[in-house]
Amino acid sequence: MMESSHMLLDQVRQAVAAALETLDGVVALSVEHANVAPHLFQPGDDLGSLVLEPRYPLALTVREILKRYPEAHIGVVARGCDERSLVELYNWKQVDPDHVTVIGLACTPEEAAECRCAQPYPTAVAVGEPAESVEDAVLAEFMATKTREERLAFWQRQFAKCMKCYGCRDVCPLCFCEKCAMEEPTWVARGRLPVAFPTFHLIKALHTAGAGKCVECHACELACPADIPLSILYSLLRREVKEGFGYEAGAQRTGNPPVFLSA
Amino acid sequence: MKLSYQSVGTVCIYCGAGCGLNVQVMDGRLAGVLPARSHPVSQGQLCAKGWNATEFVEHPDRLTTPLIKRNGRFEPASWDEALDLVSDKLAAYARASGPDALAFLASAKCSNEENYLLQKLARGVVGTNNVDHCARL
Repeated sequence: MMESSHMLLDQVRQAVAAALETLDGVVALSVEHANVAPHLFQPGDDLGSLVLEPRYPLALTVREILKRYPEAHIGVVARGCDERSLVELYNWKQVDPDHVTVIGLACTPEEAAECRCAQPYPTAVAVGEPAESVEDAVLAEFMATKTREERLAFWQRQFAKCMKCYGCRDVCPLCFCEKCAMEEPTWVARGRLPVAFPTFHLIKALHTAGAGKCVECHACELACPADIPLSILYSLLRREVKEGFGYEAGAQRTGNPPVFLSA
Repeated sequence: MKLSYQSVGTVCIYCGAGCGLNVQVMDGRLAGVLPARSHPVSQGQLCAKGWNATEFVEHPDRLTTPLIKRNGRFEPASWDEALDLVSDKLAAYARASGPDALAFLASAKCSNEENYLLQKLARGVVGTNNVDHCARL
């Protein structure tokens, strides 16, 4: 039976309160004046403002907090995609797993459907019931209805809408490079729109999904002000990496992303 | 250990669209921007300016004191000195050519109240309706 969102929220608050007895803080969503944002709850804080929606890539916030406070031990209310992001950050040695405690939250079937999510739950579920895997209908339709030529025309049209905000990169939990190839003048001319096809977008795609980093959290697509369906491209590349290298980003702590092996 | 991380909800200062931002603050220092997903206008999406809306705050090119051009060079000046110069010149132009020789440009980086005061100065004190601003998209 499906639990009401009220009950889920109560259970998450209880789990966070329990975690705060031993941790320095817990990253979760908080609402203030109708604005929901990532928040670091600390021991003694009132948990009344803790909410579960709308979804943010919380692994990004965990990554940034631990970069500033490497000694801290923090928890995070993590959905399946947040946990996969963290696992991938562990594998890339960007976050130390010994400093993170995951409070696993399973997404509701409605949330899973909205995100077209293949695995809408973390490996250890503390709150909620794991919902069934949802097929990515957008991806399936793209594959079923377009010839090669139509796909090329499709991406030319989509990428021409790009206003080069770099939001897809800035919001990505796995975009952690200090220096970004998308700002390298050799590849990307400064101050020029539309961006060169397909270089700009393929740099992003290859350096994330192509490098075996994309966990299909769809944060990039949600942040895109031009509504470019980036998840189609990244999911296809994720498949390629799985087939070619047997590697699935965020699936397990192997410590060996495929680009490490060829380095 | 005590950690200092805050996400401060605010509105982008760059244009009249008014997108919602969550400014990330770590240890009292600016640490980036996240889009505000629950914001009714922008719904979690930002342009390049919004993503970088906090960059100017600590930018080395930012002016931190008024400058007055003397002998072809800008020199640091006090606020009293700068405001006296501006008011003397504005008054002189208004006397010589009438108040409509002047225009007042307000700013999206100021509060509504500050912009109200600027147009009040233009209309009520100087006597011109030449008021405009950078956020007029």
